[in-house]
Amino acid sequence: MKNYNIQDALFYTKEHEWVKIDGSHATVGVSDYAQDLLTDVVFVELPNVGKEVKQFGQACVVESVKSVSDVYSPVSGKVTEINKDLESAPELINNDPYGKGWIYKLEGVNESEKSNLMDATKYKEFIAGLAH
Amino acid sequence: MQTIFEKSVTGRSACQIQKPMSEETELKEFRLTLDLPELSELDIVRHYTALSKRAFGVDDGFYPLGSCTMKYNPKINELACNLEGFTQSHPLDETENMQGTLEVIYSTQEYLKEVTGFTGLTLEPTAGAHGELTALMMIKAYHLDRNDTKRKKILIPDSAHGTNPASAAMCGFECIEIPSDKDGYVDLAKLSELVNDETAGLMLTIPNTVGLFDKNILEISKILHEKGALLYMDGANLNAILGIVKPAEMGVDLMHINLHKTFSTPHGGGGPGGGFVGCVKDLEAYLPAQRVVKDGDNFKLDSNFPKSIGRVRAFFSNFGVIVRAYTYMLSLGKEGTQRIGRYATLNANYIRVKLSQYYNLPHKVNCMHEVVFNDEVQAQYGVSTMDIAKRLLDFKYHPPTIYFPLIVHGALMIEPTETESKQTMDEFIDVMIQIAHEAKASPQMLHDAPHTTVVKRVDAVKAARNPVIVCNMCCS
Amino acid sequence: MPYIPHTQKETEEMLKAIGVSKIEDLFDAVPSNLLQKGYYNLPEGLNEQKTKEKISKIAKKNKNAEMNFLGGGMYNHYIPAHVPYLAGRGEFYTAYTPYQPEISQGILQSIFEYQTMITRLTSMDATNASMYDGSSATAEVCLMTASITGRKKVLVGRNVNPQYREVMNTYCKAKDLEIKEIPFDMGSGEIDQEKLRQLMDENTAGVFVQSPNFFGVVEDMKEISSKVKAKGAISVQIVTEALSLGLLVPPGENGVDIVVGEGQSFGLDVSAGGPGFGFLATKEQYMRKLPGRIVGQSEDSDGKKAYVLTLQAREQHIRREKATSNICSNQALCAVRGLIYLATLGKKLKDLAMLNHKNALYFQKLLNGKKVSRLFSSSFFNEFVVTVDNASEILKKLRKNSIAGGINLEKFYPEFKDKILICVTEMIDKQAMEKYLGSL
Repeated sequence: MKNYNIQDALFYTKEHEWVKIDGSHATVGVSDYAQDLLTDVVFVELPNVGKEVKQFGQACVVESVKSVSDVYSPVSGKVTEINKDLESAPELINNDPYGKGWIYKLEGVNESEKSNLMDATKYKEFIAGLAH
Repeated sequence: MQTIFEKSVTGRSACQIQKPMSEETELKEFRLTLDLPELSELDIVRHYTALSKRAFGVDDGFYPLGSCTMKYNPKINELACNLEGFTQSHPLDETENMQGTLEVIYSTQEYLKEVTGFTGLTLEPTAGAHGELTALMMIKAYHLDRNDTKRKKILIPDSAHGTNPASAAMCGFECIEIPSDKDGYVDLAKLSELVNDETAGLMLTIPNTVGLFDKNILEISKILHEKGALLYMDGANLNAILGIVKPAEMGVDLMHINLHKTFSTPHGGGGPGGGFVGCVKDLEAYLPAQRVVKDGDNFKLDSNFPKSIGRVRAFFSNFGVIVRAYTYMLSLGKEGTQRIGRYATLNANYIRVKLSQYYNLPHKVNCMHEVVFNDEVQAQYGVSTMDIAKRLLDFKYHPPTIYFPLIVHGALMIEPTETESKQTMDEFIDVMIQIAHEAKASPQMLHDAPHTTVVKRVDAVKAARNPVIVCNMCCS
Repeated sequence: MPYIPHTQKETEEMLKAIGVSKIEDLFDAVPSNLLQKGYYNLPEGLNEQKTKEKISKIAKKNKNAEMNFLGGGMYNHYIPAHVPYLAGRGEFYTAYTPYQPEISQGILQSIFEYQTMITRLTSMDATNASMYDGSSATAEVCLMTASITGRKKVLVGRNVNPQYREVMNTYCKAKDLEIKEIPFDMGSGEIDQEKLRQLMDENTAGVFVQSPNFFGVVEDMKEISSKVKAKGAISVQIVTEALSLGLLVPPGENGVDIVVGEGQSFGLDVSAGGPGFGFLATKEQYMRKLPGRIVGQSEDSDGKKAYVLTLQAREQHIRREKATSNICSNQALCAVRGLIYLATLGKKLKDLAMLNHKNALYFQKLLNGKKVSRLFSSSFFNEFVVTVDNASEILKKLRKNSIAGGINLEKFYPEFKDKILICVTEMIDKQAMEKYLGSL
């Protein structure tokens, strides 16, 4: 089992997205575990600004050479900003999944949806259980 | 190697164009620039001869690419399709002037009916995936014609080719995945559970992509038919059962096959291919409309089929490919046809037995035309299927199909075909054994393979992140 | 036995190694009542000599005309001898799809060069490794425009090749897209732009116009494209006579979004309709919506230039039911043949296209002198429609002199009685024209 970087202040989904919730605003990306599984990301099909996403609904798509993965939104909300840098440098998702590799930001977030997500401790246990 | 565009020399030319009969034109606007290369004929001949030497075909060596049936492409078939009678036949000519063309299509259909057991048939699809699409359109039309509007789901095993769900989606079907059991067969209990009055049909590859014949085939077709669903057979692997079983007798309602696999037409680096769809009586009405029929001693076209899905291809499809396949059928005759599945299966099992001490065999039963190993043994030395495949290139073999089917982790799928001799396979087996030893003794050497090719492993990530799909070098 | 090399002794050795006594024992998974007993009801196999005799005899049953004025989507052009010679090299024609780039650089580079030729001819940014043929490629573009726009209606000119329209109908029906025909102007032969304007609405995904159209007439693609784009729809140009690209203003310069067509004119035989190859090119913004394979330039682990299949995440083997298309193969060998043809013609493609156009116009004027009048007023490329007294009788008479005089349009347009579509390529010389006129 590799040693994955799982950040404490974030919440996680079973599909390996992370979310940083800040009142009614949130930032979404994919976890270190996800980027490792994806291998080299080559393209991100970003959502449109203004798109309404539902919790666990499909938000956008991440491609590697040999795979395509849907990104499911950890929380509901309206997309306010997308990470344009990913268009020319999709590798940011591999190199810095929690920093420069963020994917989109939301507004109108309901904090109570947190209860459907895992915190860092639970997520660590979850991926440990996936090791085989 | 430089591209043809970089070799262009202004003012050079490989052809002479006649003078027009008059200088008059009505066109008001013309294109201003045309950035195509200028070369001599010899420049062109050398360039593409050099490129051909950087390619690898069945003529160059053993090509055990699983699921692709890379058998020998007889040269008489090339001669046949290049006969002037065929190459000059215009598809919009009157049928009385193209009796030869229609005869080839008709006779090919009759041969295929006999070996598959179907009564209805079309040669219009140009490839396997095109045949799949045609068959799914027919399934859709069949249910709708019966006012059975609820059937919007297609069942597809997890071991299927990716074309199956993609074809189903093009017809607006929802794809439902059926898990395989531990032996790679359709899980019967799960199938019974999933089939209901919303099921349009099941897409089943026979033999399956693990190279096994599903012994429960009759139960499978029964489960489907009892609930009003259809059984579609993906005939990509027909080579294994040609001369052994007729698909129609297994309860298959319709199927596609690839002329470029079973019937030896060349793959040409990815096409042209030839598809075909066969079906049982109940589905004949929905076949593409243009059909070649016999009328006494003559052949004619009949397009009066109001329930037909319509055309899937203009004109007479890849007719040149049909001529090649038909020529092959003439050579085979009844004895040759009967032997294909038998010898293809014999060859695959020979490799299975000879390599089973060296490579892990997930399914330890008799296989059909292909055998699937994986890299479980070599993985303990850090060597992957990819490394094994790349090392084979150093020995001038085309590698097997790798990482497919998806249900076998690290799959290595070997399909020798019936046209390969025992000597060829023995040499290949020896090389595979040597690579198994190398995996243990010098794994790094395998990671670095291939060592002898014109380029080494190509960076697919760079190509995808920053796509360069055309040459930017100007010729003028 | 043809093509199965096993001797009796080898077969026995192999069976022994496997541990079975006869080949049939390997089929133990097949239910015994399904196993075929005996031979199929087929003729005896023929040796190579007899095979050749038989197939040659069938080929001779085709009564092909010596002088061919038939076009309508398949064109009779001269093919330089080295074109089939090079494309026929075993390394090309017996290879599989270039999934192993280290031993497939020859095919990959050829396709890369082909892609370059197609984008230059069409003035587009992106293309794929070729499609099955023009008709099915056009039908695929129906789905592509729906996917790009999220709309569900397709408009197609009634002067688009009738068989192409049939294929489009089939694909649209399967995908539940609506398809409507745009009438053409009876005087000019061009699309009726006023009717087009009326037919377009906020649900129109793509507008499909053939230019030169089925009647050979060149459409005003610039005007059409700007109208189409003003409605937020995709402007698609269909090209069935690819040679016209050498002469006419290229689609990309006319504001066309997607150009799709048949490449048979580039070095491939008519051969009853195939194999030729379909081509499909578009603007950069739609590159990832392209169906089929695409070759890209990259580097190997030593930093050396190398080619590889790319953008594969669009394709069925990865994206499965969400793929841009189910397409798996292309027409690689035909595309390579087209490439070699285009390398041979080079810039002279324009001269050849001009020769076709001027000779066609010349012949149309000759016919006019014989009181055979032209139907449509707009400019044409190398095909045109004429009105005659009795089309079927005249065509029969011409055929007796081994002239295929053209296509009787009544077959496709019931209102067109006694109208013939005539095609003139470089294969038609003055003698053929004189013989034609003499038979009238």
